[in-house]
Amino acid sequence: MKQELEIRIVVIGNGMVGFKFCEKLLSKRKEGQNIALTVFGEEPRVAYDRVHLSELFAGKSADDLTLAKEEWYTDNGITLYLSDPVVDIDRDSKLVRSHHGHVVHYDYLVMATGSGAFVPTIPGVEKDGVFVYRTIEDLELIQTYARKAKRGAVIGGGLLGLEAAKALLDLGLQEAHVVEFASRLMPRQIDDAGSRMLQNQLESLGLHIHLSKNTQEIKGGDCIEGMQFADQSFLEVDMLVISAGIRPRDELAKIAGLETHPRGGIVVNNQLQTSDPFIFAIGECALAHHMIYGLIAPGYEMADVVATQITGGEKEFLPFDMSTKLKLIGTDVASFGDPFIEEPACTTVRYENKAKGIYKRINVSLDGKSLLGGILVGDAEQYNMLLQTCKNKTILPPDSEDLILGSRGGEETGAGVMSFPDDALICSCEAVTKGMICQEVNEKGHRNIEAIKKSCKAGTGCGGCIPMVKDIIAGTLKLNGVYIRNVVCEHFDYSRQELLDLVKMNGLKTYNTVLDTFGKGDGCETCKPLVASLLASLWNENILQKDRAPIQDSNDRFLANIQKGGTYSVVPRIPGGEITPEKLIVIGQVAQKYGMYTKITGGQRIDMFGAHLGDLPLIWEELIGAGFESGHAYGKSLRTVKSCVGSTWCRFGVQDSVSFAIEVENRYKGLRSPHKLKSAVSGCIRECAEAQSKDFGIIATEKGWNLYVCGNGGSKPQHAQLLATDVDKETCLRLIDRFLMFYIKTADPLTRTATWLNKMEGGLSYLKAVVVDDVLSIAAELESELQQLIDVYQCEWKEVVESPELRKRFSHFVNTPAKDPSVQFEEMREQKRAKEWV
Amino acid sequence: METETTVTWHVACQVSDIPEDGGGCALIDGKQIAIFNFARRGEWYATDNECPHRQQMAVARGMIGSQDGEPKVACPFHKKTFSLQTGHCLNDDAYQIKTFPVMVKENLVYIGI
Repeated sequence: MKQELEIRIVVIGNGMVGFKFCEKLLSKRKEGQNIALTVFGEEPRVAYDRVHLSELFAGKSADDLTLAKEEWYTDNGITLYLSDPVVDIDRDSKLVRSHHGHVVHYDYLVMATGSGAFVPTIPGVEKDGVFVYRTIEDLELIQTYARKAKRGAVIGGGLLGLEAAKALLDLGLQEAHVVEFASRLMPRQIDDAGSRMLQNQLESLGLHIHLSKNTQEIKGGDCIEGMQFADQSFLEVDMLVISAGIRPRDELAKIAGLETHPRGGIVVNNQLQTSDPFIFAIGECALAHHMIYGLIAPGYEMADVVATQITGGEKEFLPFDMSTKLKLIGTDVASFGDPFIEEPACTTVRYENKAKGIYKRINVSLDGKSLLGGILVGDAEQYNMLLQTCKNKTILPPDSEDLILGSRGGEETGAGVMSFPDDALICSCEAVTKGMICQEVNEKGHRNIEAIKKSCKAGTGCGGCIPMVKDIIAGTLKLNGVYIRNVVCEHFDYSRQELLDLVKMNGLKTYNTVLDTFGKGDGCETCKPLVASLLASLWNENILQKDRAPIQDSNDRFLANIQKGGTYSVVPRIPGGEITPEKLIVIGQVAQKYGMYTKITGGQRIDMFGAHLGDLPLIWEELIGAGFESGHAYGKSLRTVKSCVGSTWCRFGVQDSVSFAIEVENRYKGLRSPHKLKSAVSGCIRECAEAQSKDFGIIATEKGWNLYVCGNGGSKPQHAQLLATDVDKETCLRLIDRFLMFYIKTADPLTRTATWLNKMEGGLSYLKAVVVDDVLSIAAELESELQQLIDVYQCEWKEVVESPELRKRFSHFVNTPAKDPSVQFEEMREQKRAKEWV
Repeated sequence: METETTVTWHVACQVSDIPEDGGGCALIDGKQIAIFNFARRGEWYATDNECPHRQQMAVARGMIGSQDGEPKVACPFHKKTFSLQTGHCLNDDAYQIKTFPVMVKENLVYIGI
């Protein structure tokens, strides 16, 4: 019988680094290597993403943060003990004993015990209402206590402390204070000027920030009531979160007689061995190169170093770059290289824009050739590029300020990411270099970010490198002579704009004729709705007629928004948000009759949810009978024109914004476009209708109207920009006509106006030149094309209700009038909601 | 080795009940079956109506098309795309739906289960 050699490995700690070690070990295990892996975790949960802990307060669940399910451990033959810390290491017999009495022998022991919160010895720290911010359980305690608290404070103005302060605001506390001992926020990452900029940003969000404050005592009875500072000032609070730093969990190592540092941390060598060569320490419990690496990327690198050695390889842990980029409460903060080096040792270039909350600093070598380090606050878009330029000692452009300001006029600065050497580290979480990504593209034929993520894991950690990975993919393909043309899909070798022109010139009105004339194959879910949108933008015929129904996307197909469970929501148009009591009553009655959940939308209308497919024509028959029209909430088309009440009632209003909003909404209703369109009209400068967040927004002035364009709410908010000032109504509408038609004709599919403008060469000044000054002499054509669309507008729901042929398609089954029996609802606040999907 | 199974043909609907190049759902023996009239190719297909991704009964409402010549349907919820020939999910290996034979005779659509 053949005896297989088994390596017994015990991991103490099931945090992020401990988990990563297991993952790396499994992937590095060689043929014939038999590994018995046992993991002890102190917490009751399997490993979770502690970096994104605060997202628990932003709607994520504990499960969302989980790195692997318990089955993962079972499937991979790992023995996992949770809620069971190791209490004793017997180094002579090479075994560990756990709290629950498990005794496990090891050949190699890996300590990944992490760190705990550092709690300073302040009198009163034991009082109720004082918390630390470290585990899911800590956050649950904070959450519960916050329900009855009004004023909260955080000790510590570092990364974690600021996150904790944001969490207090998110939990609904009226006041959140940050108390920092040092004279600036994030003292280890950014300089005074950057810190002041960050402080301004945070204060504008409602955080109260106290610097150079030494907390002397926590006052109160059983519960905290306030904080007494050394400068005799006092802050009344009813809860406190301490986030003043971390303390490596080295107590077990001490008991076991391993060498630890007086200020904390298990001392390790470059192989990450402790003073016992069979015991390794990784992550925040380890003291390597005389420091504790309190970031995730070096922790993962440590896991890799130990896993490599145990499986027979050789690898050392080298001093790790501590450059970081993070988003603090919506504000980018980044530092890289040597952020603090000062003149005369270098040349420093600083840029400060208080209005926008941006601070940038780069430290350039005295010969002007290389980048030594820097700091970015408020806008860290250039971080990856700067970091790589710094690390790879790339030669700088003659005007080094171009690095942070962008080149003003002329060509792009440098050759970008493709100028980096192959060993430039792009994804520091997963240690993927530029060369590895190029190889994936060249040899394995991966051409998009999803494929790269799957094959080499780049971009799967913090995600910060994804834009660079995309650039590398595109750059490598380009080097190979693959020209990236923005074509629709495998069925159409044209861009959207090209196809629109072709369809128009040939007067095509059905999908099959377009496909037969300009495409190949049988179409797909990308080109079908795209062509559907073109046909609607060109001819404005009913989208469900001829062969057009089955080419519409999910919502357009049944002129309603498909929701969880397969029911639909119904939104009648309420132009400008103005509605009579009689019409309100009809909506109530219809909703009641068909058992629908009702909610006011953000666009000043009413959404009714939970309509069965078969009920849609009946519902609309009643709504149309009462004078309603389709609201096109399902379409890539004009949604709403929001308004404030304006000069008819408001004591500040200077124009009648409601009347104008109704006119605008009725003018552009049903207009199909590359993406949805939103608008608003405000009656005065106070801007209550939020017109500057819309695709086109109008604000009343004493003399007329100001027109703003290309604003956006949603995932990437952007303010609209001023296109015309003090124009009268007619001019305003004419400019909007031109603007909309120009957008419809030139934008890429599913591109909002904001992104369209961002990509437009020449930006706003070019858009102005075309729309206002008519430099291309196309204004008359744009206006007349839009007028044609307006002239043929019909309420598409009215057409459906009146057509037995179209109505017939609104049924879940083709062979019975029954409704879908699988649809289920749950009760909630006296209405219903869709059953949660699994 | 393949095992032989006997197929029972059920009348599902009339040809005109399913839009050309689109789909419809029939209730057969308590089971929801998505039926597609791929008129462009002159082919008919039938699959489960339930998308296994979020257990939603909506495959019949999806857009059909082709990928490298293979006929497919995209679930309207999150665009999981399934081969109409094999039921295999083309953009996520984890999912699979059942397919059923279709027979069109004298203006009636039959599904074999």
